[in-house]
Amino acid sequence: MSTKTHLELTGVDIEFPTPSGPFKALNDVNLKIDRGEFVSLIGHSGCGKSTVLNIVAGLYQATKGGVLLDGKEVNEPGPERAVVFQNHSLLPWLTAYENVELAVKQVFKNQKSKAEMKEWIEHNLHLVHMDHAMHKRPDEISGGMKQRVGIARALAMEPTVMLMDEPFGALDALTRAHLQDSLMEIQAELNNTVIMITHDVDEAVLLSDRIVMMTNGPAATVGEILDINLERPRNRIALADDPEYNHYRAAVLSFLYEKQRKPGEAAAEEKPVEAATEAAVSETSDGDSGNEETTHPREVAKCINKKTEVDNQAA
Amino acid sequence: MSSIALKLLKPFGVDAQFDFNPTQMIKSLIVPLAGILVFLFIWNIGAKNIHTSLGEFPGPAQVYEQSKNLIAEHNRERDKEVAFYERQEQRNAKKLAANPDAKVKIRPYTGKPTFFDQIVTSLVTVLAGFILASLIAIPAGIVIGLNKTLYTAFNPVIQLFKPVSPLAWLPLVTMVVSALYVSKDPMFAKSFVTSLITVSLCCLWPTLLNTAVGVSAISPDLNNVSKVLRLSWLTHVIKIVLPSAIPMIFTGLRLSLGIAWMVLIAAEMLAQNPGLGKFVWDEFQNGSSSSLGRIMVAVLVIGLIGFMLDRIMLMLQKKVSWDKSVELR
Repeated sequence: MSTKTHLELTGVDIEFPTPSGPFKALNDVNLKIDRGEFVSLIGHSGCGKSTVLNIVAGLYQATKGGVLLDGKEVNEPGPERAVVFQNHSLLPWLTAYENVELAVKQVFKNQKSKAEMKEWIEHNLHLVHMDHAMHKRPDEISGGMKQRVGIARALAMEPTVMLMDEPFGALDALTRAHLQDSLMEIQAELNNTVIMITHDVDEAVLLSDRIVMMTNGPAATVGEILDINLERPRNRIALADDPEYNHYRAAVLSFLYEKQRKPGEAAAEEKPVEAATEAAVSETSDGDSGNEETTHPREVAKCINKKTEVDNQAA
Repeated sequence: MSSIALKLLKPFGVDAQFDFNPTQMIKSLIVPLAGILVFLFIWNIGAKNIHTSLGEFPGPAQVYEQSKNLIAEHNRERDKEVAFYERQEQRNAKKLAANPDAKVKIRPYTGKPTFFDQIVTSLVTVLAGFILASLIAIPAGIVIGLNKTLYTAFNPVIQLFKPVSPLAWLPLVTMVVSALYVSKDPMFAKSFVTSLITVSLCCLWPTLLNTAVGVSAISPDLNNVSKVLRLSWLTHVIKIVLPSAIPMIFTGLRLSLGIAWMVLIAAEMLAQNPGLGKFVWDEFQNGSSSSLGRIMVAVLVIGLIGFMLDRIMLMLQKKVSWDKSVELR
C-alpha cells in the first residue's frame, strides 16, 4: 500500500479546441502526491493551475496522459475528489445546512440514517466554526463564512482528495488568515490529501507540505517542486521571523518573478503565436492584428499582463 | 389611514412603510390620484366632442351609470334564477305529493348570461389555457434549455410561431376542434376548448423561451457542483436548474398571462365564444344608446382584471423567489 502512489498525474497534456486550431494549455504535467499530503499549486494567473485541478477533479479530460487515484483512472467528476470552488458556489436558495445536506444526502444515500446524516452535517459545519449561522442563506452571511460552508460541504463528502481552487482568493487579508488557521486545524485533525491552488506565496508556504510551481502558459508544466519542512502546528506569527520560512518564501518568489520570466521569453521566440501577441503588446495601437492569431485571447492576454508586470518589477 | 386601505393602494405605488412624512404622502398618494383625475378630465372633454351614430362617446359619468345598470341587471337575473328553481321545486313537490313514483326533473336555468357571468367564463378560460400552456412550456423549456442542440433545432420554430396573432390561429383551431373533439356528452363546450387552445398556442412562447434562456444561463460553477456530487438528471433539474431559473420562468409566466388575457378577449369576440369578448361584440351588434357605455365598462374591467392577474403573478413570484434582495416589480 505504501509503495503505491496515492495520486499520480502522468504526462498530462490538454488542448482546447479553438476556431484557429487547438490551444495547448498544459504540456507533460507529472506529479505524485502521497496520502495526507498538502500540496499547493502556484504560478502566474491564467497559466493552467486551475486546468490541472479540473483535470484531477474530472471536470476536464486530459488530451494525453492521465490521472490515477489509488490505482484507478480518473475520468469523471465524483465526490471522492471534492472541490472547494473559488467563489464558494453555494446554492443561493439553500441555507448553509441545506447546502451541506445536499452533498451528504447524495454521498451517503444508503449508508447513514437520517439522524446520522444530521449529526454528520452539523459536525462538519462545526469543524469550520459555522454552528451559529447554519440556518442562514448565503446572501445573509459574509464572504468568509460562505467559503467556510463551501469547505464544510467538501469535507462532508469525506473526500479522498480535497481540491481547493484559490479558496481564499476573494477574501480580505484578515479573513483569509483566519480561514487558513481553520484549515490547518482541520487538516491536523483529519489529515486529508489536499491540492490547493493559490496566488499567495505566504499562504503556500504556511499551509503546504510541498509547493508545486508552474511555468507560464501556454503549454505550461511543472517548473519546480519545493518541499516545505516546517514543523506543524505552524504559527504564522512565529514563522514571520523564522529564517527557514523566509528562505522558502524567497525561493518561491524567485521562481515566480525571476526564473519564470525567462522561459516565457524563450518560448516567445519559438512560438509564432506568442510572438504575435508580444508584438501586439509592444504596439498597442496594432492590437487587432495580434489578437487574430491568438487562439485563446483572454488566457494569453492574462499571461502577457502578468509578464509585463514582472518586467516592470524587474526593471 | 387603515392598513387595509394601504394594502389595496399598494399596487398603485403607495407603500405601507411610509411614515406620515408630508412629501412622501404627496408622492405616494396624491401624485397617482392626480394622474387619474387628469385622465378623467381629458376623457370627459374628449368624450363630449366625439359624436357617433350611437350618440355621444361615453364619458366617466355614463360609464358609472352603465356599471350600476350592469350590476342591477345581474342582480335581477339572479333573482329570476332563484325564482325559477323555486317554482320547479314547488311543482315537483306537488307532483310527488300526488304520485310518489312520478319522475321529477330539475331543469337548468337558461337565462342570458350577465356581464359578471361573462367575466367568470373569461377568467376560467384564460386560467385553463394559461395553465395548459405553462404545463407544456416549462418542461419543454427546461429540456430545450439544457440541451444546446435541441435549442438550436427548435429556436427557429419558436421564433416563427411566437409572433403569430390569435386571429390567425382561430379558424384553424376551430376547424380542428370541430373535427377531433366529438363526443356524445362532451365534458367541456366546444367553444371553451377552442378558446382554451387558442390562448395556449399564443401564450406558450414567452414562458418557453424564458425558461429555456433561464435554464441555459445557469452558472457553470453550480453545474460543476452538480457534476462533482454526481447528481442524477432529475435531482440536478429539481435542486439546481429549477431554482436558478425561477426568476426567468416567472418573467415568462407573467408575459404569458398578459398575452393570454389579451388573446382571449380577441378570440371570444371573433369566435362568439362566451366571455367578455362576446359581451363586447354583442353590445356592439346591439347598438343601443347605452351600448358604448357598456362596452367602455367592459374595457375598464378588462384592464383591471389584466392588472390584477399580473399582481397575483407578482405575489406568487415573490413567494417562490429565493432572492429576496431583488426588488420585483
